[in-house]
Amino acid sequence: MNNTNSSRFKDKAFRVFGLSAIIFCMLTLVIFIGFIIYQGAGRLSWDFMTSLPSRFAERSGIYTAWIGTLWVLVLTTLISFPLGVGAGIYLEEYGNKGKLSKLLEINIANLAGVPSIIYGLLGLQVFVRMMKMGNSILAGALTLALLILPIIIVSTREALRAVPSSIKEASVALGASKWQTIWKQTLPASFGGILTGVILAISRAVGETAPLIVIGALAYVPFVPESPFDEFTVLPIQIFNWVSRPQHEFAINAAAAIIVLLFITFLMNGIAVYLRNRWQQKINW
Amino acid sequence: MVDKYLFLVFFSGILLASCGSGGGSEDQLSGEIKIDGSSTVFPISEAVAEEFRTEAPDVRVTVGVSGTGGGFQKFLRGDTDINNASREIQPSEVKTAEENGIEYVQLSVAYDGLAVVVHPENDWVDYFTVEELKKIWEPEAQGEITRWSDVREEWPDEELHLFGPGVASGTFDYFTETIVGESGASRGDFTASEDDNVLVQGVSTDKYALGFFGLAYYEENKESLKLAGVQNGAGNVVRPTMQTVSDGTYEPLSRPLFIYVRKEAAQQENVQQFVHFYLDNAPMLAEQIGYIPMPDSVYQVQRKKFEEFAGSQTDSVSTGSDS
Repeated sequence: MNNTNSSRFKDKAFRVFGLSAIIFCMLTLVIFIGFIIYQGAGRLSWDFMTSLPSRFAERSGIYTAWIGTLWVLVLTTLISFPLGVGAGIYLEEYGNKGKLSKLLEINIANLAGVPSIIYGLLGLQVFVRMMKMGNSILAGALTLALLILPIIIVSTREALRAVPSSIKEASVALGASKWQTIWKQTLPASFGGILTGVILAISRAVGETAPLIVIGALAYVPFVPESPFDEFTVLPIQIFNWVSRPQHEFAINAAAAIIVLLFITFLMNGIAVYLRNRWQQKINW
Repeated sequence: MVDKYLFLVFFSGILLASCGSGGGSEDQLSGEIKIDGSSTVFPISEAVAEEFRTEAPDVRVTVGVSGTGGGFQKFLRGDTDINNASREIQPSEVKTAEENGIEYVQLSVAYDGLAVVVHPENDWVDYFTVEELKKIWEPEAQGEITRWSDVREEWPDEELHLFGPGVASGTFDYFTETIVGESGASRGDFTASEDDNVLVQGVSTDKYALGFFGLAYYEENKESLKLAGVQNGAGNVVRPTMQTVSDGTYEPLSRPLFIYVRKEAAQQENVQQFVHFYLDNAPMLAEQIGYIPMPDSVYQVQRKKFEEFAGSQTDSVSTGSDS
């Protein structure tokens, strides 16, 4: 009797703890986003999206910044997606599970925790200087792709591992080759998870400032990039730049730019959720 | 060669004629001008680049914010044409320049005053002497000078909370160099931020706080901060204002902001045009941004210095009319 009471109490206590954890998280988020929207929504306008930065806060816009962000976003995705997913598939499905792969696994997990500015320094030396790309969008996208590769690899492997081994075994037992099994069974079943990982990783890349400043992304660019070899700026750099200005009007601009950045991130997450749901409906074992 | 010279005279003429107003007509000027460096100088260069667009729309001027040191690294490799600097070039950087065969000229473009501020309810501080500031900020002060009464006896026996710019900033370098006597030498136990607005917030919410940052940040937050005076070399207590920074009486905490121009770049027409435009418009633009224009005579000297450096004749611009 006593025992049941105590476990009921524990059960309840844990529920309360979980609930308060969620309320705390949501509340912080709501306050943060609410504050930003309150500050910046009034500043959003077509002009704001299509003007160049200016010393007058009310004339400033984020034209080159948001286009730069889109460029970086698309290129980073194109580079990191095939590389990361490919590496993940190899490590999970083909690589033999010896000491070497264990070592690799630990290293990749560690790489995911390396501060982003270190990737910036690497990118500066390798892409900007040795490969002579200059401070171009391509150099920036490659740097960010490196930065998020570990995350994509790890999440790809997690997703592949979540596919029941009975499915794979059944496929092989029916005479399918390894490739057929991966392509027809494992990948479709795990694609939702892989996509989630990729999108989360890219959402992280979108918000990065430090590595891009290191490789020489600019703060004032009066022209829109036309190719991956052009110089560029991105929203986070513009936001940081405005936040640190003495005049309060720039803080409002920053808030408005944050809304645009948030919108881009939400949009991407939305796409991910949509794709994942579509993929999961397709699978009927 | 003669053609080039004629061109220059021609352009300088136009520049002077259209000084301050838009409506340039030299569309034929093109090319790229790459600027990087200090985030403190950035707003001025950004403003100049913005205005220059109406003068010469085909010149692509870009401005980065790698910081004074980071900017010099690129500048001294020849990657950029102009470097924004909130301090003078350091001996180690001069050495790199020599090794890489990079020649440059240093031009002052505006002043920035460093404001020493306390909380508005702080009723005991009126001014600091330089010795007092040194006593507070020097490395030996760490763990020793922790209360207001440690600085001056009649001040309250309350904890002293310090706020200052991050160690990577040129502002920090300048302050430590002029106050402590060695660039970068400072106590470590203070709240540091690269974002001066964070310092403003820190000082304005803590009655026992003391901080320093660019004057523009004080001007924008007057109601929540109290400005302390600093005793200058002549023994007068001076508060930073447009006037006292510009005429040099607020010392030693007024500093010049610089641009460095590379020789090869300075020989290109578009860069020459840009630098002249910079010096002509800096007084007006600096003021709009929150910095302090230098006296006209100083800009005159900078123009001359650049002319000589760029290798063109000085008489084409020597009559310079300031806006």
